Amino acid sequence: MAIASETIKHKSGYKLHIVRTTKYKTNTLVFKMKAPLTKETVTYRALFPHVLQSNTSKYPTTTELRSYLDDLYGAGLYVDVTKKGEYHIISFSIDIVNEKFLSDTTPLLEKAFSLLSEVLFHPKVEERAFDSATVTNEKRALKQRIQSIFDDKMRYSSKRLVEEMCANEPYALEANGRLEELEQITPMSLYDYYQKALNEDEIDLYVIGDLSEDEVDRLASQYISLSDRKPVVLPRQANASIEEEKEVIEKIDVKQGKLNIGYRTNILYGDPQYFALQLFNGLFGGFSHSKLFINVREKASLAYYAASRVESHKGLLMVMSGIENENYKQAVGIIKEQFEAMKQGDFTEDELSQTKAVVKNQVLETVDVARGLVELLYHNVLANQSISLDEWLGKTEQVTKEEVIKVANQMKLDTIYFLTGTEVQR
Amino acid sequence: MEKILFEQLQEELYYEKLTNGLDVYILPKQGFNKSFATFTTKYGSVDNHFKSLQKQEFIQVPDGIAHFLEHKLFEKEDGDVFQQFSKQGASANAFTSFTRTAYLFSSTDEFQPNLTTLIDFVQDPYFSEKTVEKEKGIIGQEINMYDDNPDWRLYFGTIANMYHNHPVKIDIAGTVESIAKIDKDMLYECYHTFYHPSNMLLFIIGPVEVESIMEQIRQNQNSKKYEAGAEIERKFELEPDSVAKKMERLSMNVQTPKVMLGIKAANVQQSGKELLKRELATNIYLEMLFGKSSPLHENLYTKGYIDQSFSYDYTQEQGFGFALIGGDSEKPDELAEQLLHILQQSKTGTGLTEESLQRTVKKKIGSFLRSLNSPEYIANQFTRYAFNDMNLFDVVSELEQLTFTDIKHIANELVTDDRITVCQVVPK
Repeated sequence: MAIASETIKHKSGYKLHIVRTTKYKTNTLVFKMKAPLTKETVTYRALFPHVLQSNTSKYPTTTELRSYLDDLYGAGLYVDVTKKGEYHIISFSIDIVNEKFLSDTTPLLEKAFSLLSEVLFHPKVEERAFDSATVTNEKRALKQRIQSIFDDKMRYSSKRLVEEMCANEPYALEANGRLEELEQITPMSLYDYYQKALNEDEIDLYVIGDLSEDEVDRLASQYISLSDRKPVVLPRQANASIEEEKEVIEKIDVKQGKLNIGYRTNILYGDPQYFALQLFNGLFGGFSHSKLFINVREKASLAYYAASRVESHKGLLMVMSGIENENYKQAVGIIKEQFEAMKQGDFTEDELSQTKAVVKNQVLETVDVARGLVELLYHNVLANQSISLDEWLGKTEQVTKEEVIKVANQMKLDTIYFLTGTEVQR
Repeated sequence: MEKILFEQLQEELYYEKLTNGLDVYILPKQGFNKSFATFTTKYGSVDNHFKSLQKQEFIQVPDGIAHFLEHKLFEKEDGDVFQQFSKQGASANAFTSFTRTAYLFSSTDEFQPNLTTLIDFVQDPYFSEKTVEKEKGIIGQEINMYDDNPDWRLYFGTIANMYHNHPVKIDIAGTVESIAKIDKDMLYECYHTFYHPSNMLLFIIGPVEVESIMEQIRQNQNSKKYEAGAEIERKFELEPDSVAKKMERLSMNVQTPKVMLGIKAANVQQSGKELLKRELATNIYLEMLFGKSSPLHENLYTKGYIDQSFSYDYTQEQGFGFALIGGDSEKPDELAEQLLHILQQSKTGTGLTEESLQRTVKKKIGSFLRSLNSPEYIANQFTRYAFNDMNLFDVVSELEQLTFTDIKHIANELVTDDRITVCQVVPK
């Protein structure tokens, strides 16, 4: 079966990506803004998208804006702010029912474009500043979002590992921004930054669904028009040199200890070894047939979860597990042993092909979800590549055992972080 | 094999009841890469007091045993089934809820061998003393993980406040103490009572060839010997309408307090269309009051009582039902008070208009259609609906038929002082 492929059109100030498919009951628009992650801009970027989705000049209250969305058969409007490598990405998504499944056949795709344009370009403003009440509300909400990371200890320990490991790199910044900066942001400074981002960010618009390319092209020209720009492209980062492993132990009042270990892979999306790295991860900790699951959980009975994942644009591999506090040394020991086993090539050809099948399955499943597909395709924008999904699968298939071993041997353990509980066990 | 068409939704569903009593549904979805199958038994954490088919007498089993059994079913004499699935490129999983235990896999290749693996592993238990003991360590860590999760504690804290006796108040995984009592014989006893094909449903969705899949399942089932299915007898103590506790405050290591208001539903013996209507109407009612397009929502947000974590939901199954409303809040007491006030005022119609009903129904239809993009949603929800004698694909027509009178009726029936409780998680 053919895997989804995109048509890319260069529009004024942005690239338009169209994927035609009949599998969904909805059409999806995703508008992505990309800029380098920096200390100075991170909090502004975390905040303004939430201000934009609160209200607009035509729908000046949230009640009015959301009522309009409900009337469009519950059109979804979401914003999302993430980091990918050392870029800070803002996404505005709209999904709207395809009217062919409704008894009411008013065309809805154009309404989605018009709504996106309203939210992006026609905010509620007063004299070159955002509405101040809206900004106050969204600053408070952002503050709670930043604080809520601490309340979820799995997220908190992942965040702390990155802070320790990448202490002097932009990647240590949180996508949600910094509390210290938040206080100083005004409706005017935020509005200025929003204008700047619209003019300077690299922008991509994805449109996915059962639609005609010509119509999408026409709607895009009509509703989304931006100034030409030369987006900032970061140089490829140098390989990290690690003198010695860091170990950070933090005591906190919780029951279960959280163990997070960070490795430097020195491999980025677009590098020839990237597909071997994905297979390394699959064999080591990505799945329930992986070494970590089998040895930490099934054999030693130490944990409920023990897994690893790859950060494709920063060159990291993260291991995470939840364990009893007193089992810290044993768990670290097993994880290191399993890593060593990977370096020694202690896995069979059968296990490698099993992992290929599961990785392939994972990619194909992601393609079945509209926003998952966008994330896969967006890797190319982030890394300035043009790897098609077919190529992705083909390259994965060709990876050899030697290549995986080579990947293992070029990886380095950087930091071990343990959030250890102080609560007395029953 | 029966074919059921849903014209407006452009879906077709195939159904057959096999001779051993197993219900099989197949929903072909062309264009998708992924096929997905769930094999579910009508057996969950609330089924802890029942007539054992082996002993023919009522027994009470330790808390968390249905979930424990779910874990252990993956392990066989010659290793674990996860390995088998991933050799065939599939990813497998399982979950236990209050009323169901589901086993599932998804694959983009080799669907038929994976389907055989799914059916065979669920129908061929292997429990040993040694592996049962080993699992206690793993599940103990799962329990600890949830114990540290403030949202989970808030959720179960609210439910525990509501119920005097009903086992829905027990955490699905049990406790470290309760699972310590589980042994292999108990697992077999539960297994033989609840995993008979006549208590189970197999749902398949994806780009599949219907006739050959159905034939594969028939042959697989015909090759296994089952006694005729017997009616399962469950026992539940009488549950008062009122809540067991009006208020609970849990201290945890958090920065932002959390609050949840729970409303315990009465008359929860419904099933079929009646249940479908109650559940949909109550969710519409909550959406009208608390949804983002409600001025009441904007007011709570502007006052700083709620943030994006605010949510509301109503769920009901045989024997229990509740609405839960809440989220993170810097002002948990004020929020609880405001929510209560809004609910009480709604009994006289405040916050409810004909116009907002129309709009909310449209929104619900749209989000239902959006969820049909997800094969997982269809398989899981279809099964849940079927176990309660409802049909997932009736949702749109049922929504279209809801009247303003239905909503006002819900407001009056649901909101009763002694059936409302509040739970908070506060910083230590």
